Amino acid sequence: MSSLGFVMLCHTALDRAADVARYWAERDCPVVVHVDRRTPDAEFDVLQAALSDLWNVRFSGRFACEWGRWSLVAASQEAAQMLLREFIDVRHVYLASGACLPVRPLDDLRDFLARHPRTDFIESVTTEDVDWTQGGLAEERFRMRFPFSWKRQRWLFDRSVEFQRRLGLARSLPDGVDPHLGSQWWCLTRQTLSAILQDPRRRVFDRYFRTVWIPDESYFQTLARRYSIDLQSRSLTLSKFDFQGKPHVFYDDHLDLLTRSDCFVARKVWPRAGQLYDRFLASGPVQDRDVDPAPARIERVFHAARTRRSRGRRGLFMAGRFPRNDWESGRSAAPYTICHGFNAIFSDFDGWLARRSGLRVHGHLFAPEKVEFAEGRSDFVGGLTSSAALRDYNPGQFLTNLIWNSRGERQVFQFGPNDRQEVGSFLAGDDNASLWIVTGAWALPLFLGNADFGDIRKQAARLQRVEAAFLNALQGRGARADLHIWTLADFLTQPMEHLQELLDHVAGPAAPRLSEAPRMADLAGFPRFVESLKNQGMNPHLVGDFGPEEGPDRPKNPAKPYLVR
Amino acid sequence: MKAIERYGLRLNRKRYLVRAWRKSRALELAADRTWTIRPDDILCFVTLRNERARLPYFLRYYRERGVRHFLIVDNASSDTGLAYLIDQPDCSVWTTEASYKSARFGMDWVNHLLRRYGHGHWCLTVDADEFLVYPYCDTRPLPALTYWLENAGVRAFGTMVLDMYPQGPVGQATYRDGEDPFERLCWFDSGNYTITRNWEFGNLWIQGGPRARMFFADTPYDAPALNKIPLVHWHRRYTYVSSTHMLLPRGLNLVFDEWGGEKASGVLLHSKFLNTFTSKAEEELKRREHYARSREYEAYLLDQSAGSPVFWNSWSQRLEGWRQLELLGLMSKGNWA
Repeated sequence: MSSLGFVMLCHTALDRAADVARYWAERDCPVVVHVDRRTPDAEFDVLQAALSDLWNVRFSGRFACEWGRWSLVAASQEAAQMLLREFIDVRHVYLASGACLPVRPLDDLRDFLARHPRTDFIESVTTEDVDWTQGGLAEERFRMRFPFSWKRQRWLFDRSVEFQRRLGLARSLPDGVDPHLGSQWWCLTRQTLSAILQDPRRRVFDRYFRTVWIPDESYFQTLARRYSIDLQSRSLTLSKFDFQGKPHVFYDDHLDLLTRSDCFVARKVWPRAGQLYDRFLASGPVQDRDVDPAPARIERVFHAARTRRSRGRRGLFMAGRFPRNDWESGRSAAPYTICHGFNAIFSDFDGWLARRSGLRVHGHLFAPEKVEFAEGRSDFVGGLTSSAALRDYNPGQFLTNLIWNSRGERQVFQFGPNDRQEVGSFLAGDDNASLWIVTGAWALPLFLGNADFGDIRKQAARLQRVEAAFLNALQGRGARADLHIWTLADFLTQPMEHLQELLDHVAGPAAPRLSEAPRMADLAGFPRFVESLKNQGMNPHLVGDFGPEEGPDRPKNPAKPYLVR
Repeated sequence: MKAIERYGLRLNRKRYLVRAWRKSRALELAADRTWTIRPDDILCFVTLRNERARLPYFLRYYRERGVRHFLIVDNASSDTGLAYLIDQPDCSVWTTEASYKSARFGMDWVNHLLRRYGHGHWCLTVDADEFLVYPYCDTRPLPALTYWLENAGVRAFGTMVLDMYPQGPVGQATYRDGEDPFERLCWFDSGNYTITRNWEFGNLWIQGGPRARMFFADTPYDAPALNKIPLVHWHRRYTYVSSTHMLLPRGLNLVFDEWGGEKASGVLLHSKFLNTFTSKAEEELKRREHYARSREYEAYLLDQSAGSPVFWNSWSQRLEGWRQLELLGLMSKGNWA
């Protein structure tokens, strides 16, 4: 009683193919083996000898098979014909490859098919429903001719596609052909399979499919639709395709994964995965489990691989990932915050923000002399050091490293016109950068300092120029950073509200209401200072408008902390 | 890239091949077992000098991972390493007294051996103190990796050199014959590497790590390159250009993804900073046979006068395995699942 028969298409690792063929044949399933004609005869002879003791193993005529071409279909046709002809009890024919491995007991598969005696299991979907076709040739693979080999004659292949596209050549489909695609590994009933193979119009169909692109994924998948009484569009073979459309390979460490999938057969298995072969080909106790295959259960692993290969980890630069500019899908790994000008207005701003937010708040990371890490450290996570030369060697990557190394913890740092500005264009293009900027804040230290007014004027002009260039970059074309900008004058009208906004932003919705404010610089006389700068011909426009004589709405006694409810 | 530049690279490649042939005449065969090489074997190519202590572990490490044959150039060793290698059943050995430097730091010799014996094989070219770590290396041998690479149409596998260091001063990490060097050298820097692209050859140029922060903090440009492409499905037309940092034809250097994704890549654990480094540094400085490295040895000895250097700091990471390196972003599984 042999209700199930196998067709195996083999080309390499014939010793493993022999193990699998033997496994099936010894369990009373006839096997017809097709060996690629390009496989050395010596290897073929060894295979034949190895299986010579099995009465129900046959070898079909050898075709030279090439990926994506008709020869694979021709080989399957001939082998299937042989199986149907020579083993009349066979009810289901299972097409497998030499790299397939049964990963559930054969009796489970038999029982499963016995429960579905008239069902064809073949993945068969219309071209609109698939997103996995290689090279974007979905509909076109049925409408064009593909006389050239994609593997050996790529140039001609591409030119011929281009040519047909340009001329709008489209061939008509034979009557009764409704193109469907799907995995080339199927399990069909004798009725359906023989209907395909014995169709009086088979010559018409064969001639058509001969120049279809990858006919082994469409010939049976299309024709089965014509005859099947009950077709389930899925493959019983677990076969996962990667980013490039190549099948994923299973290794010894996939043992659990394969078991968990509850699939009957897996492809493709590394020929040297000894543990897998030993384990699944051993005649263990029969597990009587009538569960359906559930390949989706292990989908996560392969989905992760695909995402990693196609999108990668955001903000990571390494030996296997170095995106060109603007192909990074995000320049840095996590959101971070830059406070620009705040520590000129408030003394001990860093310490205050660190206390209020519970975050690590750095000083000026891009200070000219050295990197000012939080808490005055001389090094930081990942082995970053405070050396300005190392940082300036590649400022953008210094920052991406810092953000990558500390992912999970928002980084906050100070920036200003006295810092090294090279990182500006990097910040501008990074949508993770959140910049809180008080323009013109550099005027305060000048005001509070003790320099000659002529020097102050020169300094002010320089700082304003640098800051304006920075602002310009941030707002230029292609800028993506999140910006919050006030002039100093604007900021000082409602400093506590703005501080609260900043705190809400860095610490999230759970931010405490502001109860302790940082100490603000003494601003008495500052509007007059700004006025003098103007009068001497240096217009500090980034400071904002303080009005001629009156100061902004500012604390009467700045020494006292300013409280908000 | 313009056609003329491409043609220039082609001439370069030919020049390197001729040069390799010319320099190969300095090689003297000491043990030839190349006839035992079978078509699918993975081969390992090494140039070394006075590495007797490291050899037992080195050979064991790569044998366990599936390397089938070692092709070794011994450059004027004065220890017993040569005799040891000649006794190994899977080693073919050449010796030479010629200058390491004028053989482009040994690359001419290796290029010659690669061309002669490597064609059609997966070839691993490493130093005796470099240990390849690749995704799944705890459960899958090297042939699994090369099988997968070959199936995916990939010819070369990229890595980054990861300098490993001890917790204490470098000079105190004593190493005994046959021991796993990473029992002591189990610390590394996880995230202070900078990368730029070399557009001429298309490869990445990675610098950083403990050597950069200790010895090159003021001259980062001179810090050693850490990008290496040690595993290549060799063709006789190929040639290494500068150490194993880059190859010609330049397509081989594209071992990384440029469009945001990650290609599978590995790490070369570097076991240089054992106590043996002290004597080596002094000797190499005298020989002046090393690349800008002599600078590195200088810096090292300078540092040593103030006591043996300590690379370790509180941010150093302790090596746990390839999965840790993957998570830290020093290597990637790519789409190998």
